[in-house]
Amino acid sequence: MSDMSGVQRLTLGKAINLGLRRSLEQDPKVLLMGEDIGALGGVFRVTDGLHKDFGGERVVDTPLAESGILGTAIGLALRGYRPVCEIQFDGFIFPAFDQITTQLAKMHYRSRGRLTLPVVIRVPYGGGIGAIEHHSESPEALFAHTPGLRVVSPSNPADAYAMIQQAIASPDPVLFFEPKGRYWDKGDVDLGPVAAPHAEAATGLDRAQVLRSGTDVTVVAYGPTVATALKAADAAAAEGTSIEVVDLRTLSPLDVETVVASVRRTGRCVVVHEAPTVYGTGAEVAARVTEECFYQLEAPVLRVGGFHTPYPVSKIEEDYLPGLDRVLDAVDRTLTF
Amino acid sequence: MSTSGPLTDDGLVQLLTPAGQRVEHPDYSGRIAHLDAEALRGLYRDMVIVRRFDAEATALQRQGELGLWAQCLGQEAAQIGSGRALRAQDYVFPSYREHGVAHTRGLDLADLLRLFRGIDHGGWDTEAHNFHLYTLVIGSHTLHATGYAMGVQRDGAVGTGDPDRDTAVVTYFGDGATSQGDVSEALVFAAVNNAPMVFFCQNNQWAISEPTTRQSRVPIADRAPGFGIPSVRVDGNDVLACYAVTAEALERARSGGGPTFIEAFTYRMGAHTTSDDPTRYRSAAEEDYWARRDPIDRLRLHLEAIGELPAEFTADLDAEAARLGERLRTTVRGWEAPDSASMFEHVYATPNAMVETERAWFEAYEGSFLPATGAADTTGAAR
Repeated sequence: MSDMSGVQRLTLGKAINLGLRRSLEQDPKVLLMGEDIGALGGVFRVTDGLHKDFGGERVVDTPLAESGILGTAIGLALRGYRPVCEIQFDGFIFPAFDQITTQLAKMHYRSRGRLTLPVVIRVPYGGGIGAIEHHSESPEALFAHTPGLRVVSPSNPADAYAMIQQAIASPDPVLFFEPKGRYWDKGDVDLGPVAAPHAEAATGLDRAQVLRSGTDVTVVAYGPTVATALKAADAAAAEGTSIEVVDLRTLSPLDVETVVASVRRTGRCVVVHEAPTVYGTGAEVAARVTEECFYQLEAPVLRVGGFHTPYPVSKIEEDYLPGLDRVLDAVDRTLTF
Repeated sequence: MSTSGPLTDDGLVQLLTPAGQRVEHPDYSGRIAHLDAEALRGLYRDMVIVRRFDAEATALQRQGELGLWAQCLGQEAAQIGSGRALRAQDYVFPSYREHGVAHTRGLDLADLLRLFRGIDHGGWDTEAHNFHLYTLVIGSHTLHATGYAMGVQRDGAVGTGDPDRDTAVVTYFGDGATSQGDVSEALVFAAVNNAPMVFFCQNNQWAISEPTTRQSRVPIADRAPGFGIPSVRVDGNDVLACYAVTAEALERARSGGGPTFIEAFTYRMGAHTTSDDPTRYRSAAEEDYWARRDPIDRLRLHLEAIGELPAEFTADLDAEAARLGERLRTTVRGWEAPDSASMFEHVYATPNAMVETERAWFEAYEGSFLPATGAADTTGAAR
């Protein structure tokens, strides 16, 4: 076991691993479920070592059936457990879509609050890793569109460590989207106690964060595109443009307040995500910003994201993904509008 | 009936013939040996009450008091027989036609009508009765039952030998549901975990308009052994046989012996729901065949034959059923629509800014209209 105290420099994947470990230690009702998460430690090794230390009753290798994983997780939650399900890859969540949207999302509502389902669904998502079909997708908007679910995505190791524990502690079902292309990115992680999940604090699960202050353009991103936005801010600064970077962290609920406050300061807004822009998170952000900041806007809100195509073959995925140049291009278009 | 395929009635466990004659079964007679005449009358009472409830609900739908009703007519023996084999700590995951099982779990039958009245998506306290909410998506709940049973295992409530602690989980579903992937996945998860489960399939011959031959080429129960789960076919219109096979399966589950699959071979004597029209897809001859196998008639004939159905009992029962009908009518008609703003409640277990923003907007919008004045201006007196 690693020494779990103080501030350590960890990869994002390891930060989630330690967050899971801490939740397993603190609450005997927490259990992990998924395909190959046991002895193998998951295909990305995010559950590495947990099966050995907590046993097969708490770190459960399930049959290869996503609907079965989610459906039985619902039953376990009804019995008082807190299941954390791993969906092996983004593109494999769809067999479980029915259980998530028709059952998990609605149980609290249809029981008039009598039943709560504290189920977490971990989903490695996004592209850029040279994978084959169905292994690089970003389906988060489908879940953010579903009332009753919370949808969050950390962008860095510190958030990953805290947010996975907050998601597990939340009484609501949480889709926890892990930017798989950033699993190996490193950052400092404070391994001290984390804030309560729905605390008002800026570190709560419901809050976006301004990662970099700026005055000219707000770039809104989450998950894998936050690092791109920060690079864009560096590059633009060299040319005299001041970019403010907002890391959404949560898509549902959307922290409209933080985004709107930023755009009211800058007057311009670019939203960046890997998912297709059509009917996506960026469209929601653009609508909210337009409604709340109409008189402060100097230019239309622009979206940078995937195209209205299936995720392409990996040899051309870099042309599909919203990279640094496309973000800077959008920033320039808002400045010259 | 057909002698092969999913419609065969070969090999059904039976303890009471359609003529009401008790017959012995080497494996199951012992399971009902303790049921005396009073217990049999209790089962009869349950079935009569549930049938009256079902008829009353159908009438209320026809009068426009319910949006829809799904009858359990003809399935009373399967539901009462299995339900009465349960213990208090056992847990039930029903589909949406298990009104008889609900009755055995002590629910106020009126509460089942809230869903169909359109005033609630659920309608009862699941924990108070160990009876989960109805699930309308076919087969989804069989996985919930399996997960719940996996939780029971983790709680150490299996195989302790303590009759008040050891717990079984029963899920009810139909022949159509067996085609759903979720049911197959539930069988897989239950089997590999040796979960304390009973899969109770009411094969009522029809999934709306599709006969069981559209779901399977073999008897439904024959599928379970392929998953490693023992199965039994029972005459679903024989309340005693349903009690017996369920009691055995429950005991196996509670003791740590793992899941059992029961196919109760029965018949949906009514329509799928009040929106359905069975005359478009099935014959009067078929309905007549099953009418002669009515589950309530069967037990009545038996009780009469053994001289255990006194006139005062049936008179009391008729009066009780009539009182239930009257209470249902009064109760249902008294239910008003919930407050509109209640749609914003319980979306999440924690405060949610997106929901609260919309609620605030909605309440301001509603509040922007002038309050309704009395009848004064609509009478024409002011003109």
